[in-house]
Amino acid sequence: MKEQTAAVKMRNITKRFGSVLANDQCWLDIYHGEILALLGENGSGKTTLMNMLSGIYYPDEGHIFMNDEEVIIKSPKDAFDHGVGMIHQHFKLVDVLTAAENITLGLDEKLDLKAVSARVREICERYGFEVDPEQKIYDMSVSQKQTVEIVKVLYRGADILILDEPTAVLTPQETDKLFAVLRNMRDDGKAVVIITHKMHEVEALSDRVAILRHGQFVGDMLTRETNAQEMTNMMVGRPVTLNIERPDPVDPRPRIEVKGLTVRSMDGILKLDDVSFTANSGEILGVAGISGSGQKELLESIAGLQPTEGGSICYVKDDGTREELLGKDPLSIAELGVSLSFVPEDRLGMGLVGNMDLSDNMMLRSFRRGRSLFTDRKAPRKLAETVVAELEVNTPGVTTPVRRLSGGNVQKVLVGREIASAPTVLLTAYAVRGLDINSSYTIYDLINRQKRQGVAVIYVGEDLDVLLELSDRILVLCGGKVSGIVPGRGATKRDVGMMMTRLGGNKADA
Amino acid sequence: MHKQTREPLVHIVKRDSLPWYRAWAIRAVAIVLALLLCAIVTTLCTGENPLQVYATILRGAVGTRRKVWILLQDLAILLCISLAVTPAFKMRFWNIGAEGQTLAGALASAACMLLLGDRLPNGVLLALICLAGIAAGAIWGVIPAVFKARWNTNETLFTLMMNYVAAQIVAYYVIVWESPKGSGNVGIINPTTEAGWFPQIGGNKYLLSVLVAAALTIFVYFYLNYSKHGYEIAVVGESERTARYVGIKVERVVIRTMLLSGALCGLAGVLLVAGTNHTINSTLAGGQGFTAVMVSWLAKFNPIAMIFTSLLLVFMSRGASEVSTVFGLNQSFSSILTGIIIFFIIGCEFFISYKLSFRKSGRKEGDAANA
Repeated sequence: MKEQTAAVKMRNITKRFGSVLANDQCWLDIYHGEILALLGENGSGKTTLMNMLSGIYYPDEGHIFMNDEEVIIKSPKDAFDHGVGMIHQHFKLVDVLTAAENITLGLDEKLDLKAVSARVREICERYGFEVDPEQKIYDMSVSQKQTVEIVKVLYRGADILILDEPTAVLTPQETDKLFAVLRNMRDDGKAVVIITHKMHEVEALSDRVAILRHGQFVGDMLTRETNAQEMTNMMVGRPVTLNIERPDPVDPRPRIEVKGLTVRSMDGILKLDDVSFTANSGEILGVAGISGSGQKELLESIAGLQPTEGGSICYVKDDGTREELLGKDPLSIAELGVSLSFVPEDRLGMGLVGNMDLSDNMMLRSFRRGRSLFTDRKAPRKLAETVVAELEVNTPGVTTPVRRLSGGNVQKVLVGREIASAPTVLLTAYAVRGLDINSSYTIYDLINRQKRQGVAVIYVGEDLDVLLELSDRILVLCGGKVSGIVPGRGATKRDVGMMMTRLGGNKADA
Repeated sequence: MHKQTREPLVHIVKRDSLPWYRAWAIRAVAIVLALLLCAIVTTLCTGENPLQVYATILRGAVGTRRKVWILLQDLAILLCISLAVTPAFKMRFWNIGAEGQTLAGALASAACMLLLGDRLPNGVLLALICLAGIAAGAIWGVIPAVFKARWNTNETLFTLMMNYVAAQIVAYYVIVWESPKGSGNVGIINPTTEAGWFPQIGGNKYLLSVLVAAALTIFVYFYLNYSKHGYEIAVVGESERTARYVGIKVERVVIRTMLLSGALCGLAGVLLVAGTNHTINSTLAGGQGFTAVMVSWLAKFNPIAMIFTSLLLVFMSRGASEVSTVFGLNQSFSSILTGIIIFFIIGCEFFISYKLSFRKSGRKEGDAANA
């Protein structure tokens, strides 16, 4: 490896955003014919570093060399000219155009869509993609859109590909397909950089890992010579334990009883079909399912945010009295004395207000308190300070707008606020999506603490390994129906996986 | 070992938030630069001495005691209307119907003066004028809000169209009430009895508007920044889904805020009719409903800053009329100058958020290349 010339050498790269130091004298080497996993905690500067390589930002200091010649990349076009292509987390495609049109968009060459389609097919064949150049983007699944993005950069002649958390939006099957394609590209001599938080993906796919911490390069090693524990320790900078606890539930009692819940979307599609289950206090009920199987609708129905068609959602108080939650909005649910906390999937679009600062976001839940016409700003400020201190939120201060924080810190702020109200029911949707491994374990720990305090937790997750380790019981959804409820202890990934794709799993065969 | 390549000459770097005095220093520099450019344009286009033109603008705006008071009156009305639209804007409800809401308020108060004048004790009449004017403005404002809340209609078009409806209704009543007949205007209402005229404070007919505007500025400032309503408005404006998630009734906030917005516009109409003009016509609002949009945006919806932005616009427009009479220049010339100044003021915000980083000359070659 050492005798090979690096495709890219980044040296002493520094980038500041105002007072925030995103990259600090950062190094990185990228080689052809190799898949490099770029690891680091949320906010450690991985994406910023790659954005500088792909021309989105220009470094304040430092140099980039390609094949030992210094290059200046000041626009995405420069990056393409140097063969660098980046696939961002959020796709940059025009919905109403076809794949071929999107791929050729912005290129100076003469527009000949037939020739474009032919070349796209050629690229697809070479690396094993499946994409129809004439298909419109709005007709495509997330994974197909991602494929178009990859083909787009290959079409422009990229031989250094950067993928920013490409698997966050993919199903396990789609992930396998993507990995196969990436391996083909590596074997073809291309340099591939992948940013991811999922350790098993790093181990399965990459040849080498490079680790960033606080914007600095802390080291790299061959994947086969390391393990998840070592990589995590390097990322965090101190030894961390990677165990998820599962204390036994103490005195579980029915808290939420859902019966025959049916939800139809605005377009009339059945999202939840006759769903029934009970969530107990002091217990974590995991919800598994392929994404879009009705998880979002289920949680939003309980939270009073989703118009429903039928069924009932009963809240059972400690003294045994029951309250019907169906058809009530969040305010009337709160007025019933039901303390329900909800950590939604869309953190900045629903759970928090990105442009407001931490203490104003804390106020979202509490601002109605008291009779005064004016808001009480002291209590939320104190709460914000407590959350920052207890959950180790990395922020310049409580007056920083939430949107400036990195994903993991945004989630800590949201979870911190939601559990501050001492809930009896905690709903979480993809609580660790996009979070680095250390933040993820912080969140698991917080959820477990709630469970110990007797909270009924409903945890919608996508990582089956975690669901199996964390949940006391697992509710498996398949196409809006309950495929089964299994105890978390003793369930296998295979069984739950089968139930996710087929109602009842194995039993359906019998 | 490697080819020397050149850094780009400039690149853009995001700044830390600046201390307020440096931000204002940048704004001051922007205004000075704007005045310099205005001077060049003046000399090139008209051949006049720019200093004389500036002096004339200054004289036209604040040259005499009377002119100062007229400036303050114009400022007060513009500020009132700007304050009125601000809560709606903060909610991202684009109320560009302030013109119509002001006219509705003006029409209601004129109607009270004409129909009830001399029949009621003046105190009762004045209270009634205020109530009617405010209510009319509120109703005119709440109609688009109800449609928005119920059927999600486009509030920009709706409020805009309501302006024309209001103007036509006023035009109709001007004919109904015209005096003397055939003149095509209403004339001064109750000229002898002065029924329904607001009393002059300290013998000055403009002072009342100024005091009302000052009180409103403080009210809107506290309402938006410290009240629960103001907080709800901000949340709804930033994200409706978040608002619903925390149990804010978005429809109710939209309707309530537009009631307030319309009511404040109506109050501006009352001030115009019962306070200063004592008559009504369909151009009474004089486009201030639209100027208010600019005042509010320039001040980034901050009521205190709106005092300065509205002052700038009123100052320039008062100066403009003087320039056009003294130099025989078209009124539009002053609009050009105002345009240049506003361009610089908006443009300088870029330099407050970002700074340009220039290529360092004499940079050591390849200082890190061999690392």
